Amino acid sequence: MFPANFGYAAPRSVDEALQLLSKHGEEAKLLAGGHSLIPAMKLRLSSPRTLIDLGAVPGLRGVRLDGNTLAIGALTVHADVGSSDLVRKHLPGLAEAASVIGDVQVRNRGTIGGSVAHADPAADFPVILTALNATFVLQSTGGSRTVTADKFFVDYFTTAMEPNEILTEIIVPLPPAGTGTAYAKLAHPASGYVVVSAGAMITRQPSGSCTAARITIGGLGSGPVRAVASETELQGKALNAQNIAAAAAKAAEETDPDGDIYAGADYKRHMATVLARRAIEAAVKRAVT
Amino acid sequence: MTAEPENTAIPIKVTVNGVKHEAVVEPRTLLVYFLREQLALTGTHVGCDTSQCGACTIHLNGRAVKSCTILAVQANGKEITTIEGLARGDAFHPVQEGFREKHGLQCGYCTPGMIMTAAHLLETNPDPSEEEIKHALEGNLCRCTGYVNIVESVKWAAQKMGGKNVSR
Ligand SMILES: Cc1cc2nc3c(=O)[nH]c(=O)nc-3n(C[C@H](O)[C@H](O)[C@H](O)COP(=O)(O)OP(=O)(O)OC[C@H]3O[C@@H](n4cnc5c(N)ncnc54)[C@H](O)[C@@H]3O)c2cc1C
Ligand code: FES
Ligand code: FES
Repeated sequence: MFPANFGYAAPRSVDEALQLLSKHGEEAKLLAGGHSLIPAMKLRLSSPRTLIDLGAVPGLRGVRLDGNTLAIGALTVHADVGSSDLVRKHLPGLAEAASVIGDVQVRNRGTIGGSVAHADPAADFPVILTALNATFVLQSTGGSRTVTADKFFVDYFTTAMEPNEILTEIIVPLPPAGTGTAYAKLAHPASGYVVVSAGAMITRQPSGSCTAARITIGGLGSGPVRAVASETELQGKALNAQNIAAAAAKAAEETDPDGDIYAGADYKRHMATVLARRAIEAAVKRAVT
Repeated sequence: MTAEPENTAIPIKVTVNGVKHEAVVEPRTLLVYFLREQLALTGTHVGCDTSQCGACTIHLNGRAVKSCTILAVQANGKEITTIEGLARGDAFHPVQEGFREKHGLQCGYCTPGMIMTAAHLLETNPDPSEEEIKHALEGNLCRCTGYVNIVESVKWAAQKMGGKNVSR
């Protein structure tokens, strides 16, 4: 299988890439790791006339500490997100998500920015990044703006990005003291993608009660869904097994999933409660005050 | 800068198994077909063409990747190792030896990809547990062996290469 013909450009800077993008408009597509786009092009689900390869643009890779945030370059491959000492230390839930994407070869090639921009409803990063309250930096020839994860994932494969924008960086706030993060996934046994997954960021007072909770569910809708009922249920409660189970039991309340040949809707909703409980429990364990 | 019009061939420079190549490729040429058809390195196989099977695994700048899901133009300026470049002269790579010693193959179709993935694993983790070996080979499918002897082959290689915790 071959993609249809296309023209190719390998810009050497973000500015050059932006100029190409505004020149070629919607007929062009950005190419990052290519691990969603190239398969789609081989199947002719996507046939851009021009590919703008970001692979040679410097400055878009790596993880750095920036004030009280971690700034992750959009072109950082999944393997490097998962093995980054900064990510593992401050955001173990993000490292966890990165290390269960696809397989080794996919993680060596696919990029966090590509995953976020692609917004596959069965992808891992959107779920954990929404739990972590991440912000996405979007550049266009007109300047740059930021969009929070809560507003970024609009629909199936659809984000708040404009066609003339490039996602350059993902900014994740360092969680306050006493906060733990975690990700739990039920992977499809053949594709490796998410059937259902859960992300959690939980803040625990020294007294043991919960002062903040962000819980997200993946796989049950067009993108990550905040489990608001679970978050509210935990607020102010002691983080013991009973209260966690009660909160997790509400994890599917905001969802209305479709069943498919692999997993029925009821099963998916049930798994959301199981995975939410696992993610909350793991986050609480890491929430050392 | 403007993008080349559709289908304009692009010059690339790549180092494959230590040999420098300059070539001209169509943008849509997949790296695996560049290797197989333009460089006649047919050890890298195409098993599925849908990024699932790992038969096309090579090392790109030292990392195991699926060459059916990379454009040849994306490899411009990079170093590639294929199964043909793994042996040192007549001496097989320990992973190759392991597959022979432990009967890690039957038809052999998946083998180049399996070996390239396993070799990358042992470079990054010389002492993998059985679980870690299985996790590392998740992206490689085999229709013949049932995987048991493949895992044994990788364990054998790890031990030969000096890994300590691997039990045979
Ligand atoms: C076998 C296989 C298994 C997989 N399993 C999983 C899995 O379990 N979980 C999971 O989450 N994903 C999985 N994936 C998808 C993988 O994570 C992709 O790498 C990822 O979805 C896309 O990242 P990319 O860098 O490859 O992007 P590309 O394929 O290069 O691009 C994807 C889209 O995003 C756009 N884009 C890319 N970068 C930018 C940017 N910086 N700014 C604006 N737009 C941009 C492109 O124009 C394109 O439309 C799998 C893929 C394969 C092939
Ligand atoms: S041929 Fe590349 S993954 Fe199957
Ligand atoms: S040995 Fe035949 S596919 Fe693996």
